Amino acid sequence: MNWDFIAQYLPLYEKAAWLTVRLGIAGILLSILIGLACAVIQYFKVPVLRQLCTAYIELSRNTPLLIQLFFIYYGLPKLGIQTNATACGISGLAFLGGSYMAESFRSGIEAVEQIQSESAYSLGMSRLQVMRYVVLPQAISISVPAFVANIIFLLKETSVFSAISLMDLMFTAKDLIGLYYKTTESLFLLVAFYLLILLPVSVLGSLLERRLRHAGFGA
Amino acid sequence: MAETILSIEHLKKEYDGKPVLDDVSLKVKKGEVIVIVGPSGCGKSTLLRCINALEPIQGGEIRLHGEPIGSSPKQLATLRQKIGMVFQSYELFPHLTVMENIILAPTKVQKRTKADAQTEARTLLSRVGLADRADSYPRQLSGGQKQRIAIVRALCMHPEILLFDEVTAALDPEMVHEVLQVLLDLAEQGRTMLIVTHEMQFARAVADRILFLDDANIVADAAPEVFFDTPVSERAKNFLSTFTFERKNKNSQDAALRV
Repeated sequence: MNWDFIAQYLPLYEKAAWLTVRLGIAGILLSILIGLACAVIQYFKVPVLRQLCTAYIELSRNTPLLIQLFFIYYGLPKLGIQTNATACGISGLAFLGGSYMAESFRSGIEAVEQIQSESAYSLGMSRLQVMRYVVLPQAISISVPAFVANIIFLLKETSVFSAISLMDLMFTAKDLIGLYYKTTESLFLLVAFYLLILLPVSVLGSLLERRLRHAGFGA
Repeated sequence: MAETILSIEHLKKEYDGKPVLDDVSLKVKKGEVIVIVGPSGCGKSTLLRCINALEPIQGGEIRLHGEPIGSSPKQLATLRQKIGMVFQSYELFPHLTVMENIILAPTKVQKRTKADAQTEARTLLSRVGLADRADSYPRQLSGGQKQRIAIVRALCMHPEILLFDEVTAALDPEMVHEVLQVLLDLAEQGRTMLIVTHEMQFARAVADRILFLDDANIVADAAPEVFFDTPVSERAKNFLSTFTFERKNKNSQDAALRV
């Protein structure tokens, strides 16, 4: 192991790590919004939109992120839509993550018993109020484990970004291997940085899960 | 003559083509306490659920102050505020404290101020002996406490009529009393109530009228003394006999000899 090499290229990895984190966070936030919207649409059985959601979820879950990125990156310009790699990376991740988030929120919503909503309706609440104040808070806490797993999964999926020439961690490692043949050092840095990003998420996630386990409010 | 608050006319409710309520008609006057009894599955709970439109109905009409229930979602939400409902399984919201549970609908639906709703909630909580539990979460409470809070939550909306759906059926025997006591107090305050219960002694004590439901219809509608002491219909007699036990050979010579 050449430690001088590692020290020399550490800043490069650091820069790449920030790119991974930035795009990851942006993509994940968007995917949460998409997921919530899909889950609520499916719960209310909104005509047309509901079918669109189902189609989207199936398309998104059953195709690889790499292919989704290629479609966005190479396909959109052909339709006359100008775009850049960063926007493509974020929207690709959101496209993939949205369906996973939708499924975990949906299962959370379904786990909240029907009679809970009925008791809220009997107090005169509207459908949106019941959703917002009674169903979603419980559903989200039930979905926390699946939600944390999704975040970790999506952060790892960002390694595909290098394929559309975003200079993320994977791109940097491949680049250095190609330039200097320092395979061991480059891969060591790659693994170290991914762990650096993902371990805290994982630990925070477990803490959150323990606090919200079985929706044990006030435990 | 007190005014009629709730009127049900020719109500018809079916599950998969099977009638659960068949041509049920009922008028509830202001201040009246009506207890609905009957064998399991006779449609008692369904009747309550139909009244605030938790169940779609297949025929007839339910009116609150002459206004048909469920003509539009907005009107339904307004009418539901006037109908308080308490469920067998309490259905407090587990993610909210007792206080938050009580003031949620008054602040979000009736747009009352938080301070105003809280003041009223405290008064009501102390009336049911739970003033010190305002900051607890439902899971920290006993069944009887949860049910009393569910009653307070309904009362805080200032309903004109209260529906109680077997509110003591899920409780341990020693907690049944504390909840029924609250219901008795409400009856004494002149609240209009429809109560579904299997507690016959309580029914007799609290009711102005007893409705006996069987086979999807109201078989008897009588004052409690009449219903319990001189039941007219054979079905009501049979039903009441399921609440008394008799050991035929107890203390008799025969029994002693057989040992």
